[in-house]
Amino acid sequence: MPIFDIDFETMPREGLEAIQLRRLQTTIARVYATVPFYRQQFDNAGITPKDIQSLKDLQHIPFTVKQDLRDNYPYGMFAVPMEQVVRIHASSGTTGQPTVVGYTRRDVDTWANLMARSLAAAGAGAGDIIHNAFGYGLFTGGLGAHYGAERLGASVIPVSGGNTKRQITIMKDFKPTILCGTPSYILHLAEVADDMGVDFKDLFFKSGIFGAEPWTENMRQELESKLHLKAVDIYGLSEIIGPGVSIECKEEQNGLHVFEDHFIVEIIDPETGEVLPYGESGELVFTSLTKEAFPVIRYRTRDISSLNPTPCACGRTFVRMTKPAGRTDDMLIIRGVNVFPSQIESVLMENQTIRPHYQLEVDRKGNLDTLTVKVEINEGVFSDDIKSLQTMENKIAHDIKEMLGVTAKVRLVEPKTIQRSQGKAVRVIDKRNF
Amino acid sequence: MLAEQISIFIENKEGRLAEVTAILRDADVNIRALSLADTTDFGVLRLIVNDNEKAEQALRKEGFTVGRTKVLAVEVSDEPGGLNKVLDPLWMQNVNVEYMYAFANPQCKNAIMVFRFDDHDKALEILEKHQIKVITTEDISRL
Ligand SMILES: [Zn+2]
Repeated sequence: MPIFDIDFETMPREGLEAIQLRRLQTTIARVYATVPFYRQQFDNAGITPKDIQSLKDLQHIPFTVKQDLRDNYPYGMFAVPMEQVVRIHASSGTTGQPTVVGYTRRDVDTWANLMARSLAAAGAGAGDIIHNAFGYGLFTGGLGAHYGAERLGASVIPVSGGNTKRQITIMKDFKPTILCGTPSYILHLAEVADDMGVDFKDLFFKSGIFGAEPWTENMRQELESKLHLKAVDIYGLSEIIGPGVSIECKEEQNGLHVFEDHFIVEIIDPETGEVLPYGESGELVFTSLTKEAFPVIRYRTRDISSLNPTPCACGRTFVRMTKPAGRTDDMLIIRGVNVFPSQIESVLMENQTIRPHYQLEVDRKGNLDTLTVKVEINEGVFSDDIKSLQTMENKIAHDIKEMLGVTAKVRLVEPKTIQRSQGKAVRVIDKRNF
Repeated sequence: MLAEQISIFIENKEGRLAEVTAILRDADVNIRALSLADTTDFGVLRLIVNDNEKAEQALRKEGFTVGRTKVLAVEVSDEPGGLNKVLDPLWMQNVNVEYMYAFANPQCKNAIMVFRFDDHDKALEILEKHQIKVITTEDISRL
């Protein structure tokens, strides 16, 4: 399988680390000079850019967390003047402010390269037709994959998400060979195809690149058997660059190679912040090495993973991160939407007179994530009129959709029926078994 | 002049209704009438019992959400058109039935209808004008 950027992707570790250190020093010097937030962080920690003499010195630098990005909404974390920003994306802002990220012309170029590498790792090349079902818009998925496909020299169909039946017709007629999208949407698409009497065996896909939400080995098996393709996982956050931070190779499908010439990856203990050795599970932390408009220094992703440095059959020397196994906090990703139990709670509080007992049940039915919100009835809201109880359920569901952008089924349940653990209600039951 | 009904929230789970009636049996409460309105997920059980106080206590103790609702209980004579005698004057003056259920008066052949109207005061006034006997909670507990 051809490697897109063979010089970098197969570089010996020593050479790679030399590049990392040089790029890290440049990045640190630049953010110190241009981003007040980072200067403050360094000053508080008593560090100056000159103190970064080795890659290990990175460990002395304070972490950056999502809240820091929110505090500097919208442009406070940008390291270049607006004149140099050619693109803006934003992550879904479900807990108040979204996170806004910017790209210089060179950042867009870097990103296109990383996505081209990713598509190549999944088996794509010039001559392939890429069906890009990632959403186009503020979300980084669609445009990220799009630019990568063009950089690779493949033909891209910018189909975006939704309009599923039409997508299937396009698959039959345009004969795409590479499929991109979120795994839950793609499984939904497979079902619709089935209803339409379209068998993926008769289509032309070789590989699928699936990401933007965590997915399991079970889902890989399901995707591969239903879609007759090789399914590889792609990882990325808009805060870091978007998709294309790491990718599984088609050869091993076992861990995602992190593009270490552009990002330093660390695994930390989410409690203590201590850096953990290879093989241990902890929170993924990224530092960007080449980003101009929106560099991040030790950005805590809250994704749980571990790093595997053993050489890979594909020839890439980049370390592999295991498929993210979950989140460090209780955030749920439901059909690509970030949902925090606390947000549901505040909707319930607005609808009820006293503090509600509730539980979120997440499942995957017919390949789409489902969210059921169980709410214990109490005498403050109880009525002997069925209609008014149903109206209450519908009102809560409506408000959840309005506030969080996610469809939920609300179910009133009897008091004291929601599981409690040591007196505390169990807030989330995730049956999708990540 | 209104009667009181107790209502209970129950989930649509097998055996749940039997549990409620068992609790009432153990508390020595006599159920006069019962109606269940339900959706696919839950239901509201409405009860006319001989002792609201005792019933409510027993059910609360078992963790049920219990409500009390004023309803109008009316004796309907056991003859064709008996129910219309009650409903026609109400309907003609725009008093609407939200729900209703019935039980037999153990002392005679007549039925006792339990109504929830959208306007109880107006309903009472109309029934009085038509000399239709309204049954109170006290009457019910004496049955
Ligand atoms: Zn590999």
